[in-house]
Formats: sequence, C-alpha cells, structure tokens
Amino acid sequence: MTAVSDSYPRQKKWFSSLAEQWNKWFSDVPMMAWLIGGLFSAILEHFIGNPFAQLIGMPKAPVLFGFLIALKTPILIPPAILYNIVIYAIPVLAVARALGNLSNRVAQWMMDKSIVFSTIVHIILLYLTLQVWADLSDYRVLVLKLTLIAIMVTLSLNVVNGYMGEFSCSHPGFMALGAYAASVLSIILFVNNDLFGSLHLPAFLAPFVFPFILILSGLISAVGALLVAVPSFRTRGDYLAIISLAFTFIIKSLFENLEVFGGPRGLSGQPDLSTLPVVFIWAMICIWMINNYVTSTFGKTMNAVRDGEMAADAMTINTRRTKMVTFLFAAFWAGVAGGLLAHVLRYVNPSSFGIQKLAEVLAMVYFGGLNSVVGSIVGAVGMNLLSEALRPLEIYKWIIIPIMIILIMIYRPTGLIAFRDFDIKKLIRPKQKKGPEA
Amino acid sequence: MALLEVKNMTHYFGGLRAVHDYNLFIEAGQIRGLIGPNGAGKTTIFNLITGIYRPSEGTITLAGENLVGLEPYQIAAKGLGRTFQNLQLWRHMSVLDHVRLSQYSKISYGITGAFFGTSLRHKQEKEIEEKAYHLLELVGIRHFADQIVTNLPYGAQRRVELARALALDPKILFLDEPTAGMNPEELIEMMDIVRHVHEQLGLAIFVIEHRMKVVMDLCERIQTLVFGEVVAEGTPEEIRNNPVVIEAYLGKEVEA
Repeated sequence: MTAVSDSYPRQKKWFSSLAEQWNKWFSDVPMMAWLIGGLFSAILEHFIGNPFAQLIGMPKAPVLFGFLIALKTPILIPPAILYNIVIYAIPVLAVARALGNLSNRVAQWMMDKSIVFSTIVHIILLYLTLQVWADLSDYRVLVLKLTLIAIMVTLSLNVVNGYMGEFSCSHPGFMALGAYAASVLSIILFVNNDLFGSLHLPAFLAPFVFPFILILSGLISAVGALLVAVPSFRTRGDYLAIISLAFTFIIKSLFENLEVFGGPRGLSGQPDLSTLPVVFIWAMICIWMINNYVTSTFGKTMNAVRDGEMAADAMTINTRRTKMVTFLFAAFWAGVAGGLLAHVLRYVNPSSFGIQKLAEVLAMVYFGGLNSVVGSIVGAVGMNLLSEALRPLEIYKWIIIPIMIILIMIYRPTGLIAFRDFDIKKLIRPKQKKGPEA
Repeated sequence: MALLEVKNMTHYFGGLRAVHDYNLFIEAGQIRGLIGPNGAGKTTIFNLITGIYRPSEGTITLAGENLVGLEPYQIAAKGLGRTFQNLQLWRHMSVLDHVRLSQYSKISYGITGAFFGTSLRHKQEKEIEEKAYHLLELVGIRHFADQIVTNLPYGAQRRVELARALALDPKILFLDEPTAGMNPEELIEMMDIVRHVHEQLGLAIFVIEHRMKVVMDLCERIQTLVFGEVVAEGTPEEIRNNPVVIEAYLGKEVEA
C-alpha cells in the first residue's frame, strides 16, 4: 500500500470486512427468499407490532420505519432503532437465510418452466408484502400509492429526458390532463353530482370501467403531447423545453379558468377507485411496457437520436417517428398516472400541477439516474420516502432535499443508477455463492 | 445503367457555388475514389448524395431509383451506407447496439412489438443480433461487442463505424476519410479490412481520402475535385501523372 491510500485505511477495512461477511452469508440468497422474508416480517409486525412497540416505550408501531417519530421526539430514537432491528432486520435476514437454498431450487424450477410465470410469482410475493405491511395504517397505504404513482411519472419522464435526451417540462400538464379527464369521466359515469347531472351507471361496474377511463385519459394526454411535439420537433435544441414549459402553464390556467371543472377550486368527489391493488397493477404494467420499449431496437433509436441525430439519419432511423412515438408514449403514462392520482386523493385542483410538481418529478428523474429504469424506480421511491420521512422538519425539508440533489449532481452527474438496463432475469434467477476472490 | 448515377449535380450555399456540374457513375462492385485539397467540396458531395443537403440542380439515382428529395434515412434504407469523417458514434451505446440499430429499416414489429414484446419482435431481434455479431466478426471487433464505444481505441472505433454502415445492407458504401488520424499500422489494417469487406460482400465503394497511398492502392478509378469541379478523372496511374492534379496539390512551378 502506498502512503496516499493510507489516509483512511481503518474505515476501508471495516467496510470491506462487512462486505465480506455479507457475501459469506447472503450472496447466494435469491430475490425470492428476500421477498418471503419481507412478507414474514410484515406478518410478524401485523400481529406483534403494536404490543412490541408499547413494550419498548413507543405509543404504537412506527408507521414509516420510525423516521417520523425520531424527528418529532428524539428521545424515542433508540426504541425506534430497536423496533426496526427486531421487527424488520432480524426476521428478514433470518428467513431469507433459512429459505435461501430451498428458494434457489424453487426459483430454478420456475425459471425452467417459464420466465413469465416466475416473474408473476415474484410480483405476487412483492404485492403481498406491501399489502400486509400497509394494512397496519391508512397512512402507509397512502404513501405506498403515491410512491407507485411517482414511479410511473418518473419513468415516463425519464424516457423523454433520459433516454431521448430532450428536455421536456410538460409532464405536470400531461398529468393534469389525465387527472381531469379521468375525474370528469368517473364523476359523470358513477357519481351523482350537481355539476354533471345524475348517476348513469351502477356503482359495481366502476372497477371494471376504471381501466378504460384511465386508458382514455392517457390518450387525451397523448393528444395534448401532439400539440407540443408538432411544433417543437421540427428543430433541435432548447425549443422543446420552452414550448413544453409554456404547455404546462397553459394547461394550468386553462383549468383555473374553466368554471365547468370547478375553476381554481378544482374537482372533488371522485369515487374511491384507486385502491392499492389497482395502483400496483398499473405501476407494474407501466414498468413492463416502458422496459419493453427501451430495450427494443425500435426504442433504442431514442439513444441514437440523443447521441447523434445525423448518424441516426444516415443509419436508416426515422428520427421524427422515434421522437413522436416516444413523446406520446411518455405523455400517455403521465396521463394514466394523473388519473390514478386524482382517484387516490379524490380531489384535483389546477395548482397541484404547477412548477412545483415539475421540480419534484425532475428531481426524481435526475436523482435516480438518467437512461435507467431501475434508476427511476430508485429515484421515485427514494425521493418520496425521504420527503415523507422529513415531513416533521416542515420548511427545513425544502433545504435538506435540494442540498442532497446538489450533492448528487456534483458527485454523480447522471444520477445514482444511470445507464443501466433493467434485466428481470438477472433479478429473479437463483444465486450462487460468491467466493472470497469474487 | 450504372448502380449509382449522379448527373449534372450543382449546389449553392447561398451565393457560393460549392459543387458545379458534378457527374459520377459507379458500377456494382467498383471501388471509386474522390480526392482533392481541403475545402474542395468532397464531403459536400457525400452530403448531397446521402440527402443531408438537397442539390440545387441535377439528378441522383441508385439502381434506377431517384434519390433527390428523399430524407437521409430513406436514402440509407435504399442501400446507401456511409461513415463520417469525424467519428459520429453514439457515445453511450455499446458496440453491439450500434450494429443492431442500423438495421432499423429491417424491423417490422412496429409499435406493438416494441411495447408488448410480441413473438415477432423476439424473432426479429434475434436475427438482428446474429447479423450484428457476424458483421463484428467480419471487421474483427467481435470481442468488443459489449463495450461502450467511447472506451475503445481509435482504430476500433473506426471499425465500429464501418460495421454499422454495413449493417444496413448497403449496395454501395461511402467512406469519408476512413483512415483519418490513424497511425501507419492502423492504416494498413483498415485498408485490409476494406478490401476484405469488398471481397466478401461484393459491394461498390466510394472513398474520399487525403492520403494518396490509400486511394492509389484501393481504387480502380479516381476523380480529383478542385473548388467544386472535377478537374481530372482516370485510373490511379493517370491521376498520379496528371499535371492538373499535381498543380492542385503542390502548386505551380514559378517560371523564373
């Protein structure tokens, strides 16, 4: 070792020995075992969470891993940590380790049958874990729904800003279009409302009609995207940023001034159709479709447009078609996400789709990582949980989060996990033990 | 009828006449060269034929089909592959993806396939990948397939461009200074590869080159361009001894 690398040998040693221990024990644990471990710990919390929390001096089980409690009443930090260790860490690790070999065999068996089957089993496990975990409080359900919707919005913006390298600011506008379209449709169809008249369809049909409402509102967003795309894709450069920003403002003031949609007060009374399973299924479809698109040769032309349009043209790529398809596709998913959001909050107003929404979504995209599906998921989940966890800090939250983003931009300019393909096969395949040399 | 026919092509940039009354006839399987001093309009001629600029006057046909007025991607899809003078690689992409992407015009699974991953898509993607590996093998960079292009040595990057241009199944290949910036060793390798590709795929090649050695060795016929006009055309031997060419490159002898 040279003198230069001697500056912090202790820390390095500590870290690498921890990583070594981790590899020794857990490198051969497949995703399946982790999910079962998560499910087990969620069930455990369901039964003994509250009594155990009271036993160690907390009023009830902490809703968000104790972050909220720790910031409100710092004296409860040790019990919160203890709670996390006993309820989450130990059960997850123990179950994952105990079932590691067995799940490896099961995962292999499922992989041999069919990759689709295996994926669906994993998704069901993930859903069960989330459902049981969220069951404990309505707050968790809400946070989970908002996070899933944020994933959809972030992914769809990443397609334009990351994969295609254009800078679009119109996502709040698309979300607003989707949110209003879905709200109006569901209110007209299922709610007795003095704005649009009396009830037309029986309520039990609502969950079956809701997907069509969402698809329709996504399509309406896509039509809005066409208005932005036609003038701005004739040229290259900053035009899209300017036109799309204008679009967001136009949509916002449009809804503020349309009295039929409630004007600045907004619309309320949407039926409760965005339940956790519904939002979860839509988020999964969104991830699946966007991942399909960005991994196809058809979709990778986006990267060619970003990295060199002249070469793309010379290599038979119809760049105009690529831009149009991509932009409309992204707008579609923003619209669907907007529609879901309106039915989660059961209230929409124009001011929630302004410049602050834009900043939020952009932050999630750039925090998570450009050109990466995993990055967007990490970005959306990370930013959403962080912003919930720091809620007790009130206004200081808006100092801490921007500082974090600035730090990320300095040390990882393209985001946490940028330019990486999302390979579901790699994620769910059985794992082998890593040797000490690996 | 020749494979590529350019007749009476003239182009103005504003008031500046960049190319004047240019004619070119390339037969299938021929290797032709275009030389000329800096700023003579060689790359402009490439850009006119490949559709980046639209000629002010003249006709261009490839295998009997008109090219004037088409978009560059349409011209490329008709079987005109090209490389660029200063590398135009997609800097975040792997070598394999480069060679896959220029087969864009061959895919027919469309939006449905891209969004939903149909079986047609899997079949076509597989074919595309096989062909991509085959071409990488042909230009000798298969071992770089998964690397990001910017991590490659310069000579290998040039080969990626070549493989990418070959992937669109060209009838004719345009090489814009394929050996620019190469050291002598890389230059010889590149020439071998071009010859090899020519033998294997039997396509016509049209080369712009600065280095006399390269054009003289590769080409059957050479045109010399000065200020947008062809001043000499002939076999390498004829061009080498043509006084007009010597004058254009070395200048006139001053009479005392």
